[in-house]
Amino acid sequence: MSEPILELRGINKSFGPVHVLHDIDLTVNPGEVTALVGDNGAGKSTLVKCIAGIHPTDSGEVLFEGQPTHIKGPRDAAELGIEVVYQDLALADNLDIVQNMFLGRERTKGGLLDETDMEQAARKTLASLSVRTVKSVRTQVSSLSGGQRQTVAIAKAVLWNSKVVLLDEPTAALGVAQTRQVLDLVRRLAEQGLGVVLISHNMNDVFEVADKIACLYLGRMAAVVGSKDVTHGQVVELITAGRSGDLGIARPEAATI
Amino acid sequence: MSSEEASMTNTTQTPEQETPPQGAISDFGIDTTSQSTGEAVRDYWARVRGGELGSLPALLGLIVLLIVFSSLSDTFFTLGNLANLLQQGASITIIAMGLVFVLLLGEIDLSAGTASGVTASVMALHLIHNGNLLGGMGDTVFYVFCGLLVLAIVLAVLMKIWAGAALSLIALLIAVIGIPANAWLEMLLAVCVGAAIGCVTGFLVAKVGIPSFVVTLALFLVWGGVVLQLIGQGGTLGLRDDTIFNVANGNLNFVGSWVLFIVAVGGYAAVVLTRHFSRLRKGLVAQPTSLVLAKIGALAVLAAVITYALSLNRAPSNLIVIQGVPYVVPLVLVLLVVGTFVLDRTSYGRHVYAVGGNKEAARRAGINVERIRMSVFVIASSAAAIGAIVYSSKVGSVDPNAGAGNTLLLSVGAAVIGGTSLFGGKGRLRDAVIGGAVLAIIQNGMGLLKQPAAVVFIVTGLVLLLAASVDALSRRRAATAAR
Ligand SMILES: Nc1ncnc2c1ncn2[C@@H]1O[C@H](COP(=O)(O)OP(=O)(O)OP(=O)(O)O)[C@@H](O)[C@H]1O
Ligand SMILES: [Mg+2]
Repeated sequence: MSEPILELRGINKSFGPVHVLHDIDLTVNPGEVTALVGDNGAGKSTLVKCIAGIHPTDSGEVLFEGQPTHIKGPRDAAELGIEVVYQDLALADNLDIVQNMFLGRERTKGGLLDETDMEQAARKTLASLSVRTVKSVRTQVSSLSGGQRQTVAIAKAVLWNSKVVLLDEPTAALGVAQTRQVLDLVRRLAEQGLGVVLISHNMNDVFEVADKIACLYLGRMAAVVGSKDVTHGQVVELITAGRSGDLGIARPEAATI
Repeated sequence: MSSEEASMTNTTQTPEQETPPQGAISDFGIDTTSQSTGEAVRDYWARVRGGELGSLPALLGLIVLLIVFSSLSDTFFTLGNLANLLQQGASITIIAMGLVFVLLLGEIDLSAGTASGVTASVMALHLIHNGNLLGGMGDTVFYVFCGLLVLAIVLAVLMKIWAGAALSLIALLIAVIGIPANAWLEMLLAVCVGAAIGCVTGFLVAKVGIPSFVVTLALFLVWGGVVLQLIGQGGTLGLRDDTIFNVANGNLNFVGSWVLFIVAVGGYAAVVLTRHFSRLRKGLVAQPTSLVLAKIGALAVLAAVITYALSLNRAPSNLIVIQGVPYVVPLVLVLLVVGTFVLDRTSYGRHVYAVGGNKEAARRAGINVERIRMSVFVIASSAAAIGAIVYSSKVGSVDPNAGAGNTLLLSVGAAVIGGTSLFGGKGRLRDAVIGGAVLAIIQNGMGLLKQPAAVVFIVTGLVLLLAASVDALSRRRAATAAR
């Protein structure tokens, strides 16, 4: 296997007195889908935001393509080639689909926005995700349904020439067909050699697309296992109790203190 | 260009391979064909019903007011009064245009009025004391003034707002070097001092994180005091200078008026048509060409009628001739065009809307939210300074109340009445112009009808309330229509 594209070592993060992430280690390999699972409040979204530069970490190292990096903000992450679909989507309601997809990275021609170019590119990407229900790419995001918003957020992430894509519950609000599209997309991204991190509460989806599964339990990495090596039941135990047989944290009771 | 296209297709999703080419077209069928006139009108109507009213209510209000006052007063719809109206409304319109930037972020600048008073006072002092601000202000005040300019430069550099830093530096240089009085220099100084004031306000809001309401309420009082200090209790500073006097009172000559007409309408047509045909060429959705042409035509006719009317002699007596388009018209037009361009066609403008719509989304998109938030205050204060030049020119002096009281309230009112949302993220510069026109007409018309100040205040307030309710209701409507 090639070297990991993204590697986290000993990441800690607290919000004031609340210690949310404890010594998280995680490697993301190119061409692989890594599922990140855990109960509500386990710290999955926080971990993603730390990688994306939204939250500064308290300690720990981030290596990108083997090089230690300091991601200080979303712009740094984007420049490295890290794209994120946030759980709360982060779209500007008062802008239209195209404007949202290119937000912060507008294409310009002679210093002015190149609207036609951006519109064409946005349409291509959306078409590839089979967004059939959106009438126009110039629709304001405020008038989209939850699922449509989610597709826009995903399209926004795949529009760029990225190396790592982090998706935080991308299918939570999607219908059957759209979920299918997104899962196919996730596989396709991995096949193209990207490192993909997928957060999901749906075990069927996780087992379908993931190569390996990282289980967070109360802010600790309980176990990282190959999806072929474990059963549904074991993963559920890891999520709810932090251990399953000889997998997981040695004394889960200690973690709750 | 082609390399960008290539990188597009190399991106992660490879659209061409996965979807048949016609997929793109069927998915956005409506997007790719050009609309018929009927569709365009229906589309617009659907948006209005969905709560996107824009400046429609204000435009309707404007027409109603024009009709009401024309029928009630014999003098209202005379050429002299209409030109007067433009000159009266210009200053609050200009201040309102600057405030639109602040309102777009959901912030407020209550200090714009008295800040404009400060810039007017500095301008007047420089003129009266022939460039010797040290003498005009007195030692202590002058050194504090220079210190504040230095502070503004430092803050602007810290936040990488280069334009703000440069303008503040120019203000400092003009103050320190003491170049002899020159009307143009004084006006430049006013704008630069405005920018410096904006740097301070913006920093307190964006970086220190004090709510803009509190910061600008405090600064409203501070600048009001500074104006008093600069002018001296009870006095006024006369602006005896032809150039400054002409800003609000002068007119373009006959030829100049028509040149302005040709440049304005021609420029508008060129921009709109270039964009329209470029969209059509690339197969993107566009309004029907006939509708676009009709819009340009209507505007051209309206502009021609106004230019013609204003180029007639409107002097009340036979002894003098007053004709031509007032200078404030091209001034407001230029500010409107430049500002609209910045908001609609540059990344900066896009980011202003984004921060106003969803600050967190903007931050995650890599936008420097603090910088954007600070910059709008610099723009607002600079615009307020231009407004100050216009109203001081109109009156011919700067008094201790400059910018206090009505000026600010009317400016915020103008922006809101025009359709700029106080909730942020929604609004355009032309809203300020339409809103400014509404308020100017109310003030002017009620004055002609010899209404007491009490009635004028009450009516103005009620109109503002009405506009704010329209904003709130249309938001509610948009929220329920959304999902
Ligand atoms: N900005 C914040 N300030 C303070 N506490 C926070 C913040 N963000 C998250 N937390 C806390 O961190 C913990 C982990 O939250 P996080 O959102 O990462 O959970 P999650 O695993 O994504 O859960 P879910 O499955 O519900 O999305 C929670 O206890 C939450 O209260
Ligand atoms: Mg989460």
